Amino acid sequence: MGSLFRSEEVCLAQLFLQSASAYSCVSELGERGLLEFRDLNPKVSAFQRRFVGEVRRCEEMEKTFTFLQQELREAGRVLAPCPDNPRAPLAREALRVQEQSEQLAQELREVSRNRASLRGRLRDLRQYLHVLRESRRFTSLPAPLGSPPRSRALSEREPLLDPSLHQHLDRKINFVAGVIHPWRVSAFERLLWRACRGYLVASFVEMPEPMEDPTTGESITWVIFVISYWGEQIGQKIRKISDCFHCHVYPYPESEATREDTLSGLHSQIQDLSVVLEETEQYLAQVLDKVVLALPTWRVQVQKMKAIYLILNQCSFDVTEKCLIAEVWCPVKDLTQVQDALRQGSYKSGSSVECFVQRIPTSESPPTLIRTNKFTAGFQSIVDAYGVASYQEVNPAPYAIITFPFIFAIMFGDVGHGLLMFLFALWMVLYEDRPSLRQASNEIWLMFFEGRYLILLMGAFSIYTGFIYNECFSRATAIFPSAWSVAAMANHSSWSSAYLATHPVLTLDPNVTGVFRGPYPFGIDPIWSLAINHLNFLNSFKMKMSVVLGIVHMAFGVILGIFNHVHFRQWHRLVLEFLPEMIFLLALFGYLVFLIFFKWIKFSAANSLVAPSILIHFIDMFLFTSNADNLPLYEGQVPVQTVLVVLALASVPVLLLGTPLYLWCQQRSLRTSQPTLVASREQEPLLEGQEAGNSVNATKEDVESGGHSPDAKHLDLAELFMHQAIHTIEYCLGCVSNTASYLRLWALSLAHAQLSEVLWSMVMRSGFVGLRYVGGVVLVPVFAAFAVLTVAILLVMEGLSAFLHALRLHWVEFQNKFYVGSGYKLCPFTFTPDHWE
Amino acid sequence: VMTAHSFALPLVLFSAFWGLVGIAAPWFVPKGPNRGVIITMLVTTAVCCYLFWLIAILAQANPLFGPQLKNETIWYVRFLWE
Repeated sequence: MGSLFRSEEVCLAQLFLQSASAYSCVSELGERGLLEFRDLNPKVSAFQRRFVGEVRRCEEMEKTFTFLQQELREAGRVLAPCPDNPRAPLAREALRVQEQSEQLAQELREVSRNRASLRGRLRDLRQYLHVLRESRRFTSLPAPLGSPPRSRALSEREPLLDPSLHQHLDRKINFVAGVIHPWRVSAFERLLWRACRGYLVASFVEMPEPMEDPTTGESITWVIFVISYWGEQIGQKIRKISDCFHCHVYPYPESEATREDTLSGLHSQIQDLSVVLEETEQYLAQVLDKVVLALPTWRVQVQKMKAIYLILNQCSFDVTEKCLIAEVWCPVKDLTQVQDALRQGSYKSGSSVECFVQRIPTSESPPTLIRTNKFTAGFQSIVDAYGVASYQEVNPAPYAIITFPFIFAIMFGDVGHGLLMFLFALWMVLYEDRPSLRQASNEIWLMFFEGRYLILLMGAFSIYTGFIYNECFSRATAIFPSAWSVAAMANHSSWSSAYLATHPVLTLDPNVTGVFRGPYPFGIDPIWSLAINHLNFLNSFKMKMSVVLGIVHMAFGVILGIFNHVHFRQWHRLVLEFLPEMIFLLALFGYLVFLIFFKWIKFSAANSLVAPSILIHFIDMFLFTSNADNLPLYEGQVPVQTVLVVLALASVPVLLLGTPLYLWCQQRSLRTSQPTLVASREQEPLLEGQEAGNSVNATKEDVESGGHSPDAKHLDLAELFMHQAIHTIEYCLGCVSNTASYLRLWALSLAHAQLSEVLWSMVMRSGFVGLRYVGGVVLVPVFAAFAVLTVAILLVMEGLSAFLHALRLHWVEFQNKFYVGSGYKLCPFTFTPDHWE
Repeated sequence: VMTAHSFALPLVLFSAFWGLVGIAAPWFVPKGPNRGVIITMLVTTAVCCYLFWLIAILAQANPLFGPQLKNETIWYVRFLWE
């Protein structure tokens, strides 16, 4: 069947790599992704490994790349993923990449710095320009003797210029002009007034356009101030105060002419600076273009290089220091491919000596490799979630492809809900190649998407079980005419309309001829959905169905164990474990299944009053008693049951003691021929060394711990008895409890049916009350509510619940009959495209 | 409608159908890497679905009691269905 039936054969191999061609060989192997490398230097720290220098170089390059990427992000550029798949670079290429990337980073840093300083300078010039322009209003008029125009400092509390100061007016008026943050204006004013009261005139005006604040980067409307003062000390005070408030103070030219000159000078300076800034921006854009072009490829290349060196660090050097030895787990089928890859690698690196691979025997358990395609991967992952299959044991996944959706569908059976689920999964499957679906960042969506084939099958089987349960959004459909005839009953018992009016509830009796006309051919009869006692019938049906399906599922699990016993050549387990397990299960629970089917066939409405209870019979079977009220199902039932119980009880000690006793006898017969075995052991130390499964670097001491001989076997025997006892108890008790556990199939299907019934009768039906046009309009929001609740409660919540319980039934009740699940996966060395942001 | 439902006809039909799916169809699966998986799927589907249908029809073949109906339902079914 290919490797889905059981995991592939995996062997331990040694690669002998020439030092010169080791890098390209590992690069080839990584491109193909075949082998898992084992760490031969586990005790060596990361800093002491051989290729730590190269790894560090790669990390430095990655740091440069991170810097470049940050700059790109700040400039608003997007990095495209790498279009092709570049191979790991050789030493010369790597050097070139490193040089180029560092050069680009250096250039980028310089250009950014230049641009920042140019921008700052431009900002200063512009502010100066505004200051000069705005302050013209205050100072172009003659020096104020009376009221200064628009002076906010002189509010109502301060009178106009003190007449006593008139005499000082012939002194020189000086100016301080600058720019201040708008939030600090009032504090500035107040402080100025307190400190230099009366000896200054301060005017504030807002700048016409907002400008960037160098520290925070946000755009603020600065306030320009011009302070005219006289007196040297006042001037100093004013300057100190403006320093405190972080104002930008600009030299204010005294006369009109100088002002004009300064203005025109500023204009030309600003123009020149703008031109230079533009060119700088262009150059920056060019550099960024170069980065965008080259960065994706470099990242992939350096990542691959680093991965290869990390792998090379795991290899060991042989004594001559010319050859690297690597230990790998390799699937046997791929050995030729590995040899091919090594040949290619040696050729590419131009060395004449070929590297080769050699298989070595081991007693360690190899990793599990199960190759899946996009369809089987989902099912394999739900099996692996419980435990990865042990090496070469039977894989439950191929059966779970169908049994899991089927068991889900038993708990979810509804045509309408199944159809919705099927269509949703179909949409996901048909558009699975769209990158918007495949690479979404939402984890929950990804989970649904990964399981799209699973959901497809779950929906399909739910449609089938929905038809059998005869439920479509909780409504039954009469595909075939119902088997129960109300007319026949009414005619027989003369149910007139008057009679009906006085009797609210009446029962159809199948004993009356013509009332029951044969079983409904496909599924549950639609009459039951109209009946008040439908749960009586459905519960009996569903409980028996759950038990029957559960026992069949478990028996199948026990049978799968045969394949394991045969494959591992443990024939004794076939007779001493499989046989008693099967006898126990079938004698007790197979007989229960038989009783269920027998009662269905043999007993009908004619003898319904005396129909025996299977449950009571089953209990009496175990207790070896009998109940007079409970008629036997068939003649000779009691002796048959006694035989079956005795058979089942007899199989328990066989299961408990069979295998350990057999192994003990086998070991005893081995011990009589022990001396010769010991001698032959000592003569072959070399093979021993590798047989213990230790790596090439293991010492003699490690080898000796492998051979414990008879004492160890004795301890092992006690362990074996213990293990077998646990297994027996678990199996026998498990048979009973797991059969009961399958009743959850009944419980959940009942819950689902009741929930959808409630939703229909309480929500949707209230939309059908009004029969006029208004009723039609009311139906729209009612249907909306019904749809939302159906999806949220019945599809999502019930779906997840049924999924969980189906999973539990598989993981526990089915798999503990044969599955060990203590393996580990083969993780081949491969270059995976990492998370590109 | 006075047709009686036979038991034998559906039994034969469905046994034949699922027998076709589970026993005959596996012979016609084309050779390829997925042959084993597809055959397993066909057989498992046939067994599960057939068993489920069989349980449903056997549970109804000899009913021990009949449905209990409300008088409105009886009136409606009698005069509108039959």
